[in-house]
Order: sequence, then C-alpha cells, then structure tokens
Amino acid sequence: MSSDRSNTQNGSEQKKANSDSTQTSMSKKTEAITPEFEGDLINKIVSKFGDKVIHVIYIRPGRTKILVPSHEIVQVASFIKDTLGFDHAESVSGTDYPKDNQIEVIYHLGSYSVDKLSSQILALSTRADRNDSRLPTLINIFKSVEYHERETFEMLGVYFEGHPRNERFLLPEDWADIPPLRKEFRIKGR
Amino acid sequence: MDNLEQKFNETIKMGLDIVKETEEDRLMTLSVGPQHPGSGHFRFTIKVDGDYIVYCDPDPGYVHRGEEKMCEYRNFIQNIPHLERPIIHDSTNITYSYSLAVEELANIQVPLRGQYIRALASELNRQVYTLYWLAIYGIFLGHSTMFMWPMGDRELFIDLLEALTGARVTHAFNIPGGVRNDVPEGFKDRCLRQVAYFEKRLTEYEDIFYNNPLFRQRTEGVGILTKDNAIKLGVTGSVLRASGIPFDVRKAEPYDIYNEIDFKIQYMKTCDSFARSTVPFLDMKESCHIIRQLLDKMPKSGEVRAKLQPNPKGPPGESYKRVESGRGALGYYIVSDGTPKPYRVKISVGSFRNMLALPFLLIGSKLADMPSIYWSLNYWPVEADR
Repeated sequence: MSSDRSNTQNGSEQKKANSDSTQTSMSKKTEAITPEFEGDLINKIVSKFGDKVIHVIYIRPGRTKILVPSHEIVQVASFIKDTLGFDHAESVSGTDYPKDNQIEVIYHLGSYSVDKLSSQILALSTRADRNDSRLPTLINIFKSVEYHERETFEMLGVYFEGHPRNERFLLPEDWADIPPLRKEFRIKGR
Repeated sequence: MDNLEQKFNETIKMGLDIVKETEEDRLMTLSVGPQHPGSGHFRFTIKVDGDYIVYCDPDPGYVHRGEEKMCEYRNFIQNIPHLERPIIHDSTNITYSYSLAVEELANIQVPLRGQYIRALASELNRQVYTLYWLAIYGIFLGHSTMFMWPMGDRELFIDLLEALTGARVTHAFNIPGGVRNDVPEGFKDRCLRQVAYFEKRLTEYEDIFYNNPLFRQRTEGVGILTKDNAIKLGVTGSVLRASGIPFDVRKAEPYDIYNEIDFKIQYMKTCDSFARSTVPFLDMKESCHIIRQLLDKMPKSGEVRAKLQPNPKGPPGESYKRVESGRGALGYYIVSDGTPKPYRVKISVGSFRNMLALPFLLIGSKLADMPSIYWSLNYWPVEADR
C-alpha cells in the first residue's frame, strides 16, 4: 500500500515536471515537432489569448491539449466553439493530483459540423484548488457537458458554479463518504 | 356558482377535508424502472398530463460498479477482464479502445495479422450486440417474432466468437499488443458461410419487422431529434447518424486497418425513432461486407501479438483513443504516471452520452411512445453507469 502511494506521488511529480518543461519551452517545441493542422488550431487560440493564458501541453496528430486558468476557461471555450468549430464534448473527466494540491478537469471536445475536425480531439483542461474546488460550468457553451459535469461533481467533489444541478447522479442515495475518485479514497481491503 | 362556494365553505366548517384541485394535481408522477418493465436497470421519473409526458428526469446508477476506480488498483493487463463487464454483449469493442490507448502509452507495435483479427472480432461482436438490442426493441414493441429471430441468429456469431476466442460472451480477447489467440483452422470458410446465411436472414427481418405497418406507425415521426439538436446534445453512434450526420469513428479517424477497408457510412435523414432503429440494421448489413473484406485481406501467416514485458508500462503521459462500438464512439482517457498501473482511467461511453437525449425527446411526446423512443436511443444502462 505504501509503495503504491509513493509511486503515485513520484508520478505526479514527474508529470508536473513534464508539464512545466512543456510550458516554459512551449513556443519553440510546438512549432518544431507538431503536425501542421493541429499546430494551426492551437496557434489561433494562442494568438487570440496570448501564451500567458494558454499553456500548450502537447500537440500530436489528432490530439491537442491546452491548460488554461479557471477564470479564463469560459472565454476560451466560447472562442473554441464559435471560431474553431468544436461543437460538443465527448467526455469530461477529472484527475486528482494530491501532490500539487490540485484537481484537473479535462474537456475532450470534438466536432460534428466541421468535416476537417472530425478526427480531432481538443482537450481543454483547467485546474482547481483541491481544498476549495470550484470551477465555472461550461453548460451554457456546450450543452453536452451537463451529465458529465454532474458526474465529475460527485466523483471528485468539483463544484461547477452555474450548473443547475450539482447533485448525486451515479452513486447511491445514502453515500456518505468523500468523493470516490479522490486519491485518498481507498477501496476497502486494498 | 355562489351556491357551490357556499356549500364548500359549509362543508369545511363541518370539519370535513375537502381540498381544491390544483394545477399540479392533474399531473401524475410515474417511476419507470429500476426493476424493469422495459427500462433495463435504469430508472427515470416522468410526469404525465393526460397522455403526454411533461417532465422526465433520468436517475442512473443502479448498476454502478466503480470501474474507473478499480482500474487504478490493477496493472494494465489485469484491467482487461473487468473492463468488459459494463457491456458484456460488446466486450471486444470496449477493450479495443483500451488496448489502443495502452499501446500508445507504452509504445507497443501491433503485428498486421493481429490488427486484422481484432478488427474481425470487433465486427462480429458488434453484430452480437446489435442483434441483442434488436431483440429487446422488438419485444418491447410487442413484436415477439422480432425477439425470437435475432436471439436465434445471434448464436451464429456467438459460435464464431467462441471458436475464435474460447468464450461465448466475455472474451477478454483484445490485449495491448494484439489478440490472445490465432484464428482456428477452417474458421474462414465457416465464417463466410454463416455471414452469407445471415445476410439472407436480414432481408427477412426487413419484411417482417421494418416493413411492418404496425411497427412503422409506432416509430415514424416519433421522437424527432433534429440535426442541430443532435450536435448540441453531443449524441453519438446510430442516434447521431439517424439525425443525418454521417459520422463514424471508423471513417473519421481510422484505427488499425480500417483505412484499407472499403465501406460506406450508413445514415438517414428522417431523425425519428424509425431512423434510429434502422441505422443499426443498415450497419449490420455493412458489417457483413467488412467481415468478408477482413477475411480476404488478412495476411495468411504471422504473429498475432507483440511480445510484452511482464508488466508493460510507458513514460508518464496520457492518451485518448476511441473506436466505433455498437452504441457509438467509445473512448478511453488514460493518464499514466510511469508505473504499471494507470493513474486515472476515464471511460467515455456512448450510452452515457445518449442519455442526455432521453429527457429531451420524451418531454412532449405521448406515454405510449415511450418504449419506442427509449429503446431507439441504443441505451445500455450498465455501460452508462460503469
């Protein structure tokens, strides 16, 4: 059990180091390695909001990921929808990083209406403080996040401000424990 | 009128309970499921005003197993058997995108023959799932022949998968790096024979079910999900294609060898329950062509899986991969921290995404149309709950 825990901590450290390095040397890296089409998409976002707001985590064929601060996510999301043409969310997931004392929420956005984007998934991520995890909801921009955000609320305890129903969804009605996908929740007997 | 008011007041004075009817009293609240008269292990609350549904609130979670949390305690290989539990009828597809994601994380190359075999298994498995769904759809519309026939014909594909994988329903066939077993001897002939027979059967399905005036009356023009709304709600799979959007992950983002296969995306533009129930049927027809091509183009010999380390792992990173399952795009988002166990696994399933369309379609429609709308959404409660 203890070895398991230390593993995950190491991992998140590495992860942090990884993402830090990408963030600092981002502008050079992205232009050098990335595929053209995906690079163009990200450049549009970066040139609109500036690289202080948009941190590019990775750009691979078909997959791109950016990290934005939580107070900017609504503006970035509406730009992504209106200008780039991503029109629905495939999944919304949260990842708990106890080491950084943060929870990351990732929206995997896809597009049905623009043919060129059908193979693309843009991962829009943001981070919330673990002790007071509140994020603005994206339900007014992407209606399709409704149930996904509700699931993230109960599984990770992230409160989505402006979401009409931060309520129980999949868990039992009498659930009286911490949100189960947080790392300190451990399955009994393991 | 005054008389009536007077009488009313007098009665109240006498101490008798009389309550005036309010607007709310006209509505009746019904709980559909979870013990199931046609919902699967899924509950939704509806309110009806006369014949019409005016409110609907899905309440899933009766078969929630915590698959995503379980994944964090097991290594990448141990995760395979429990991950197929959410949708045992389509177990090859739900482990397919998992394998693709792990392969990307651990940088595993799959041999060509392995790629063909798992595409073949996933096509066969999609037929099994669609036939099961069609059987249930038939019985809940009161068409018991449509329950018997697909259930019987499903055995054809179950037998094929049993010969291929060794198990009838839960195969655990896909692993990162390829498939567990090679194709048995004589499989190709048997498969071709049974697919040819099945195609003949499909025309009979059309005659008895899809051209049946009763079925068409109950589904045509019912539960309209327009193109714009389908995009807005982010639905997937047959529900999306029935709304006139030709989107199929196998074409949009071909994985493995699907870019070498010649097939058409099946879609319809009528946006109703009839379209949503016909698109999976057309998919089954198209799938027969795909199976034939796969058998034809498969390399005659070669490895079927890559040699793996005992505990495969890759550098820290993340991966999002998706495949087209029986219910639409099925994606895995896996975060790895460099250990043999995943740090976080998120399963994005078609059923969960299509659930958003349920209240949207039910509100405003008749109570009698509920089964034909509900089952046309290709919704599998266990998969949605995970």
